[in-house]
Amino acid sequence: MPLFSPTEFAKDQVQAVQDYSLLAGRSLSNVFAQPRYVADTLLQADLIGVGSLPIVVLTGFFTGAVLALQTSSTLQQFGSLSLTGKLVALSMVRELGPVLTGLMVAGRNSSGMASELGSMKVTEQIDAMRAMGVDPSKKLVTPRVVATVIMLFFLGILSDLVGLTGGFIISYTLLGLNPNEYWTTAYQALRFGDVIMGLSKPVVFGFIIASIGCYYGLSAKGGTQGVGRATTQAVVAASVLILVSDFFITRLLTGFFAY
Amino acid sequence: MRFEDVAMSFDHPVLEGISFRLPRGETKILMGVAGTGKTLILKLALGLVKPDSGHINVLGNEITAMHEQELFALRRNIGMVFQESALFDSQTVEENVAYRLIEETGKITEEIHQRVLEALRFVELEHTVSLFPAELSGGMRRRVAIARAIITQPEVLLYDSPTGGLDPVTSNTIIELIVKQRDVYHTSSLMVTHRLQDAFTMASHYFDREQNKMVPVGDGMDCGDLNTRFLILRDGKIIFEGTAAELLRCTDPYIREYLS
Repeated sequence: MPLFSPTEFAKDQVQAVQDYSLLAGRSLSNVFAQPRYVADTLLQADLIGVGSLPIVVLTGFFTGAVLALQTSSTLQQFGSLSLTGKLVALSMVRELGPVLTGLMVAGRNSSGMASELGSMKVTEQIDAMRAMGVDPSKKLVTPRVVATVIMLFFLGILSDLVGLTGGFIISYTLLGLNPNEYWTTAYQALRFGDVIMGLSKPVVFGFIIASIGCYYGLSAKGGTQGVGRATTQAVVAASVLILVSDFFITRLLTGFFAY
Repeated sequence: MRFEDVAMSFDHPVLEGISFRLPRGETKILMGVAGTGKTLILKLALGLVKPDSGHINVLGNEITAMHEQELFALRRNIGMVFQESALFDSQTVEENVAYRLIEETGKITEEIHQRVLEALRFVELEHTVSLFPAELSGGMRRRVAIARAIITQPEVLLYDSPTGGLDPVTSNTIIELIVKQRDVYHTSSLMVTHRLQDAFTMASHYFDREQNKMVPVGDGMDCGDLNTRFLILRDGKIIFEGTAAELLRCTDPYIREYLS
């Protein structure tokens, strides 16, 4: 067995970061270059957006519901049960809605992109595409990135809404809260900065999900085993990057809006 | 196409000092044992990989100095048939064959449909137009790949083991198509093959348009007229370049053993 070389390992990591950065940069610059694959983008939007609706709705609903359930006992101790709506709204809109939606879509679509593009790579379909004068980054990567960013933005909003509804159902049926009280505190709790934070996170997460999925797919090698490895790595990397970037976006925006 | 002193290595040197010319209208058959860099030469010719050193000139363009974006335009004049066909498995035969044309128009128009049928007629697979690659046999997939490569009538065709892993009858059908392309359209081509029989069939047969089939070269015709030459690689170097007759006369012990 060959000895492990730290230098080679470091070089490989730097090379991977460089390759990813170039691909991610190209996927963005392609938006402003011809040809634009509108039909491919719409198809991906349908696959990613509409296809992810059930898991996003279910995740959002039960997260909101469990949030209301878990916090009710603590709030009750302080006699602040009426603040349940505020707590659910802030938690869902600022944090849980975008992050959980991002993680769900990463699990579903980063893996899908990595396996689809990985299979194309190992069966020489990517080379065939290049050989026919078609840029894979334009044809395959940019439509996925654009579609994921746009769809995750709307899925994030939907998740917030469904989460608030889940919290409301628990508050109304189990905690006996007045509906008007729940929705009023929820609405009043949200400030401009909270909404901006809730809307900007899915955009960044969408870009991470698609670019990471495509990067691992296009760098797959070693047959079907390589495709499997690329798929796993894509989900892991996308999920970790979502959580890491979530921290930095939160820190940046809390500083910016002076919370 | 011109290769000048091209070298490339991965963990070890794969190609060294590769120099040859492919004049317009000529067919060059690349032969050699597995791992000698034959497929790599095709990928270099397309600019899919860059050499470590040397120059490659294709259709008047020095491709070693070109960026990927510039190469896309050049590649539209080159057709490539991959070893395992590399058809897009989620698209129908029609979409695969029309791929380059759809890129230009965005959709399959009636004119494109007719051109697809014409290309499929050339490979005698007109009836497969709405099928998916998974529904075709290995030989049919290679023929569809040929149709996809020739639909735009490129100036250069590259074939990577087009008959590899196929039965002799199917192989012969594919060689006949390649010979037809050579003799009807006079396209320059570079063909990698492991099968000696296929290579010599190409060098000793021509396509008779009247009979619409491949026939052996007759008494009044010289095999040299077929514009087909051989190039043999050994350990990443070219050890022979010439016609079939010159190859058969060659006294090099390695080549004698390779041919036997």
